[in-house]
Amino acid sequence: MSIDTQSAPQPTRHAAGPVRTRRRLPRFAPLGVYLAGIAAGAALSALTGFSVVTTVVYGVVLGTLAVYVVSRSVEGQRKATDRLVTSLVTTAFAIAMVPLVSLVYTVLDNGLPRFDAAFFTNSMYRVVGEGGGAYHAILGTVIITALATVISVPIGLLTAIYLVEYGTGRLKRAITFFVDVMTGIPSIVAGLFSFALFTLVFGNSVRLGVMGAVALSVLMIPVVVRSCEEVLKLVPNELREASYALGVPKWRTVVKVVLPTAVAGLGTGITLAVARVVGETAPLLVTVGLITGTNLNPFDGRMATLPVFAYFQLTQPGTATQAFLDRAWTAALVLIILVMVLNVVARLISRFFAPKTGR
Amino acid sequence: MTATKAPIEPPSQQRTVRRPGDRLFSGAAKGSGIFILLVLAGVAAFLISEALPALTAPSEEIPGGEGLASYVGPLILGTLLGAVIALLVATPLAVGIALYVTYYAPRRIAAGMGYVIDLLAAIPSVVYGFWGIAVLAPQLVPFHQWLTDTLGFLPFFAGPASTSGRTMLTVGIVLGVMILPIISAISREVFSQAPALHREAALALGATRWEMIRMAVLPYGKSGVIAGAMLGLGRALGETMAVAIILSGGAGATLNVISNSNPSTIASNIALSFPEATGLDVNTLIASGLALFLITLVVNMLARWIVNRRADFSGAN
Amino acid sequence: MAKRIEVSDLNIYYGNFLAVEGVNVSIEPRSITALIGPSGCGKSTFLRSLNRMHEVIPGARVEGKVVMDGQDLYGADTDPVDVRRQIGMVFQRPNPFPTMSIYDNVIAGNRLNNKKMKKSETDDLVERALRGANLWNEVKDRLARPGSGLSGGQQQRLCIARAIAVEPDVLLMDEPCSALDPISTLAIEDLMAELKERFTIVIVTHNMQQAARVSTSTGFFNLNGVGQPGRLIEFNPTEKIFSNPDQKATEDYISGRFG
Repeated sequence: MSIDTQSAPQPTRHAAGPVRTRRRLPRFAPLGVYLAGIAAGAALSALTGFSVVTTVVYGVVLGTLAVYVVSRSVEGQRKATDRLVTSLVTTAFAIAMVPLVSLVYTVLDNGLPRFDAAFFTNSMYRVVGEGGGAYHAILGTVIITALATVISVPIGLLTAIYLVEYGTGRLKRAITFFVDVMTGIPSIVAGLFSFALFTLVFGNSVRLGVMGAVALSVLMIPVVVRSCEEVLKLVPNELREASYALGVPKWRTVVKVVLPTAVAGLGTGITLAVARVVGETAPLLVTVGLITGTNLNPFDGRMATLPVFAYFQLTQPGTATQAFLDRAWTAALVLIILVMVLNVVARLISRFFAPKTGR
Repeated sequence: MTATKAPIEPPSQQRTVRRPGDRLFSGAAKGSGIFILLVLAGVAAFLISEALPALTAPSEEIPGGEGLASYVGPLILGTLLGAVIALLVATPLAVGIALYVTYYAPRRIAAGMGYVIDLLAAIPSVVYGFWGIAVLAPQLVPFHQWLTDTLGFLPFFAGPASTSGRTMLTVGIVLGVMILPIISAISREVFSQAPALHREAALALGATRWEMIRMAVLPYGKSGVIAGAMLGLGRALGETMAVAIILSGGAGATLNVISNSNPSTIASNIALSFPEATGLDVNTLIASGLALFLITLVVNMLARWIVNRRADFSGAN
Repeated sequence: MAKRIEVSDLNIYYGNFLAVEGVNVSIEPRSITALIGPSGCGKSTFLRSLNRMHEVIPGARVEGKVVMDGQDLYGADTDPVDVRRQIGMVFQRPNPFPTMSIYDNVIAGNRLNNKKMKKSETDDLVERALRGANLWNEVKDRLARPGSGLSGGQQQRLCIARAIAVEPDVLLMDEPCSALDPISTLAIEDLMAELKERFTIVIVTHNMQQAARVSTSTGFFNLNGVGQPGRLIEFNPTEKIFSNPDQKATEDYISGRFG
């Protein structure tokens, strides 16, 4: 840097204008380099006996490295690190997709062969080999989940109303905290709780559908509370004030103004809470058990439920192993469809029942 | 505030007339809240009362014949082992996913991508078990062999490698996939809440995207990620069906995660043994469930405490 | 039906914070009383204490007396819900119920209280209230549409219709025009002039021209500094306040020389 160059207003080698430009890779160059790395990975995989898995693993590693090295030599350290991180987080997302896709594919592949009318109309009563179905288990799941919903929604909704509309001080904080903690109770512990509760009341080795409903409620209530609380908080305070100013008592304000305004969110939250428990297996395993026939009375003996049915079909196949495995996978497929339908319903509720606030 | 001469003992609530409807409704709401606290206390109380016979029984009557501690001990080890593997697998992935969805994915499809990740949380755990034993375990067999060949000097990978893949390692990976959406959802939330002012300031200083994230997003989201990981840990500790289906357990305490004999986990042991258990066995299983309840309670309370502390902190800003 | 309100030695608190101190005032029936003053001086708080809306906020309370035609509004056996039925309120931002139609919004006060009414009665009431709020001609063809579909000024008049449909004695208005454009403001001001024939009206406003235009009496609230309680500095006929106020502070505020 001599005095000459500073005083001269000519552009230097590095700067072509007021904004300094760096050397950059052309737009699609990183992608090309990455693909080249993948190709190298395929070659490397071929050397050790070709397989898709090693190709992808080697390819991703080599591709990421290649982009880093090329970028570093052309664009410098900082930009190269940026590109490296971009590759890494994109890879992380792609990795997460692998189990999802694989799982859905596997369940479809194995579940579709028995996804037939007989599966939905037959129970397993006196079925030891092929045929049979999950009619009894599907009904059992519906009944027990409905019962759990009937128990959970009033308690959960009222608690959410307490937290948002009435709660103050220490009790409110305690409830909020312990509801959060309760969301983390392992499902099997909820099952044991229900078992212990009913054992103390009714004596040993009792198995009832309602025990499963109680266990599921323990899991469902905190979810209902949290989602309803969030939704009720979104109701503008102005509406409550407008109602009070008309001489409407607080409880009527809550019931007739706050709840209707929030009804879409409440419906969504409750549906998602149902979706969360409908696939629970462990608590039902220890409380409800399984039977092969159809029992629709949750207050009288064991019932079949879909997740437990699937579990035992898989783990305790009879002589016709393949028939049991087929039924297990179909049950898994039905379970996933059930959960997905509930999720979609939840989204539809929030879309179609939302009040037109116009604000 | 200093100049206000309010009486020191203000009647916090004025004696107002309250309508019966109001009293009934607020009472019901408050009662429900208290009921939830009672349920939680009830969970602890009933578990303790049913676990008591096992806690007080002579040690030779406990299954295994060597007392409760040596029955539950390996189970606790297995539970922790699986959950830790899950955490090691899931946390880095979840952070990467959260960063990808919040700052890298194209704006228009980012929300959809978040939803796809959330779908992982919607799949029932029994289905994860099916997938784990039918697909993942066989696929991981060569990986087990490779681990013991190259890292066999570590106690975790001492081998002999399982030929079925039904190992603690496979279980840990499946659990990792299951808790991935929990950790990534919370990470996503805190990352997206990183103050725009800080982010824009970093970019205005000429930072690259990664430098902006390192300077403005990660410091802000760190405690959120930790809390999310703790919640994931709580979930992994209590996960039952996937473990019960995949793991070939029943061995005593061992750190070896790739062999055919693994310690079982508390939850899966209950699920597997409970249907046939009678008498004191039931009480023993419930006692182990109590241990699981306490472990997850501590983990979850810690996680919530971190989350709440963070909420207070960011609320002050 | 319009009634007189006597306020004596009223102190208003938020928790331990004294927000308004020592208000004594008599509000005449069939008149419009305007409350003016700088932001944060407690005029809205005072207004909300007149129909016991203040205590809706957790920790908020009052000391002193508010008497409406001999009835102690803060008496031990007075139900705040009854007070609010007699003293209606219109808020700063129009807040029609989003889940209800225009029709249902107007009769919300009756319907939310489960008052049984015949269809013809409610039809009459809706028309009367909407006419009273100068809104009937604009909405009579779309009574079943959601109230939130109206313009801001129409929404505010809908809220006024909703308030007068329960036939209160007093109407409180908390900056009813501050979220509205000048044309809608004019419509509301015209409406107030009509309503004063039937109701006692108290209005909080930041707009001194508005106070001068519509009110018969004006109260000026002020506070000595941040954290100090607000006080009613002067209460006089509007003409006097705006031409020859008793207090120096009032004159400074009116002429824009305060602070």
